[in-house]
Amino acid sequence: MSLLESLTIAVRSLCVNKLRSALTALGIIVGVAAVVCMISVGAGAQADVAEKIRTLGANLLVVMPGAQSSGGARLEAGTQATLTEEDASAIRRELNDVLVAAPLLAHSAHIVARGKNWATNVAGVTTDYLIAREWRLSSGRPFTESELEIGNKVAIVGSVIVKELFDGAPSLGETIRIGNVPFTIIAVLENKGEGVAGRSQDDVVFIPLSAGKSRVLGAVRGHTREALDFIAVKVSDPVAIPEVKGQLEALLRQRHRLRSDAASDFRIENPMDVLATRQRATQTLHYLLIAVASVSLIVGGISIMNIMLVSVTERTREIGLRMAVGARRRDIRRQFLIEAMTLGAAGGVIGALIGAAAAAIIAWEAAWPVLISPWALLLACGFAGGVGVFSGLYPAYRASQLDPIVALRFE
Amino acid sequence: MSSLVRTIGLYKRYTSGEASICAVSDVSFSVEQGEFVAIRGRSGSGKSTLMHLLGLLERPDSGHYALLGREVADLSEDARALIRNHEIGFVFQWPALLPRASALENVELPLIYAGIGGAKRRRKAKEALERVGLCERMYHWPNQLSGGQQQRVAIARAIVNTPALVLADEPTGSLDSITGNEILSLFEKLQQIGRTIVVVTHAPDVAERAGRQITLHDGRIVGDHFEPDKFAP
Repeated sequence: MSLLESLTIAVRSLCVNKLRSALTALGIIVGVAAVVCMISVGAGAQADVAEKIRTLGANLLVVMPGAQSSGGARLEAGTQATLTEEDASAIRRELNDVLVAAPLLAHSAHIVARGKNWATNVAGVTTDYLIAREWRLSSGRPFTESELEIGNKVAIVGSVIVKELFDGAPSLGETIRIGNVPFTIIAVLENKGEGVAGRSQDDVVFIPLSAGKSRVLGAVRGHTREALDFIAVKVSDPVAIPEVKGQLEALLRQRHRLRSDAASDFRIENPMDVLATRQRATQTLHYLLIAVASVSLIVGGISIMNIMLVSVTERTREIGLRMAVGARRRDIRRQFLIEAMTLGAAGGVIGALIGAAAAAIIAWEAAWPVLISPWALLLACGFAGGVGVFSGLYPAYRASQLDPIVALRFE
Repeated sequence: MSSLVRTIGLYKRYTSGEASICAVSDVSFSVEQGEFVAIRGRSGSGKSTLMHLLGLLERPDSGHYALLGREVADLSEDARALIRNHEIGFVFQWPALLPRASALENVELPLIYAGIGGAKRRRKAKEALERVGLCERMYHWPNQLSGGQQQRVAIARAIVNTPALVLADEPTGSLDSITGNEILSLFEKLQQIGRTIVVVTHAPDVAERAGRQITLHDGRIVGDHFEPDKFAP
């Protein structure tokens, strides 16, 4: 008997009790659907994190001002407690493995051009920041030394700005007003996509740090105009990151004249750690959900075994008859095994389709990154078929061990 | 030439609890090619057990059984299944058809296990149905057929693989007398084309249709009546 023939027989006997077969496969369907959905969402999240790590720039540490509002630290706000440009230069000067230490001063602002306006992030930076972030220009030129020195009113804009204010048209040489100050666009940034925080990184305007301090942001901030939002420190070697972190800590504590028992007035973060932590959290959640789904698969397997046992009993006469006309025990065993496998695999296919559809809906509705891999679908179907075979082993064995005479007389 | 069926001293004993019944006891007889034999006896006489032994559905406790000159009493399960498939056709009291398969598919069943596929299988099954006069109903399901028609499908299934021996256990037992008669006529027709048929029955009128009547009582042969004029190929 060929495999195709066995399959045909299996499908036909499953079709005799359509509702029963469907209900039996339900456990497998739910389990596989959940697994496929989880794997798709998980793979999407993973790919998303990998992409964010890529756009972040490698080997980055971020130094941020500490919690100034907490307790006694409030008193020192605006004096020693904030990060300054001098801190950035000192970091670069005094630490060996630091490639660049890029100061950044940022504020949200309204920008206007060609009669349109847009609320965005304006950041005062030096060329170092673009180096630290490995951020290239898609057109135009970087800030010159003198522009940075003098604080010329020039700007490098992200792609979102070009799209929103200039409808995507070439915008080099155009003027945008940040607050009331006109700036000339000298370059457009390459696309970076979504950042670690989940916002678009391309919705940004970079201006020289000195211009930011004196013309745009300083005015808003008043007496704390020297205070940076953060310093991006690029380390030359990933292995050196923990060491550099320690050195940074010591250097800044020294510069800020903190006593040994005082808390630091700054924080050093490794964005990779943040991503890794988040990844671990989501991964744990995914493993948990996959575990729940696996329980459903096991229950599905048990229900297949149960119904196959019922089926063997119901079809005792049929088994006896098949044996009488020449079926060997292994033919009978194979028939029931293939039937159980078909039940499992059919449940797997349906479940995989439902799971993929659910993942697609999640991607659409919740705008989550989802990656539906055909391998995951195949694997899920194969696994479901395997569960079917495993559940069918015992019922098939029982069927094959029937005595043909007893089976033929069975009422 | 050796006999088609030859048994020497067959014994089969059943034990249930403390009681032990000798269902077949020292049965020795032979059946020649082309015979139509009835094995008769009251219920409990051991005739069904004898049929199961002849059909290789059961093993004798002792004795010899040669089918087509080959000793088959001690063969393995798989070898016995192969012989059941190729050399023996069964007809049971109840039609014993698969309920969710057409008449044609039911007839094809032994050929499936014989490894005969596709067009050849279909052709042989159709030929067998033609022989029992049911060709026009081959796509009907069993529940669309009358009892007699169902039994004819079962007979077609029994002869489809051209077995050496057709064994029928009370083939008319669940039919009215007219339909039963038709079935018996069918057996006579099969005999005329050279098939060997052994019918097990308790009914004298059925047994009398056969050319030879072997009577069993308490598992032993107590009579072997032969009518030469009915043994006519």
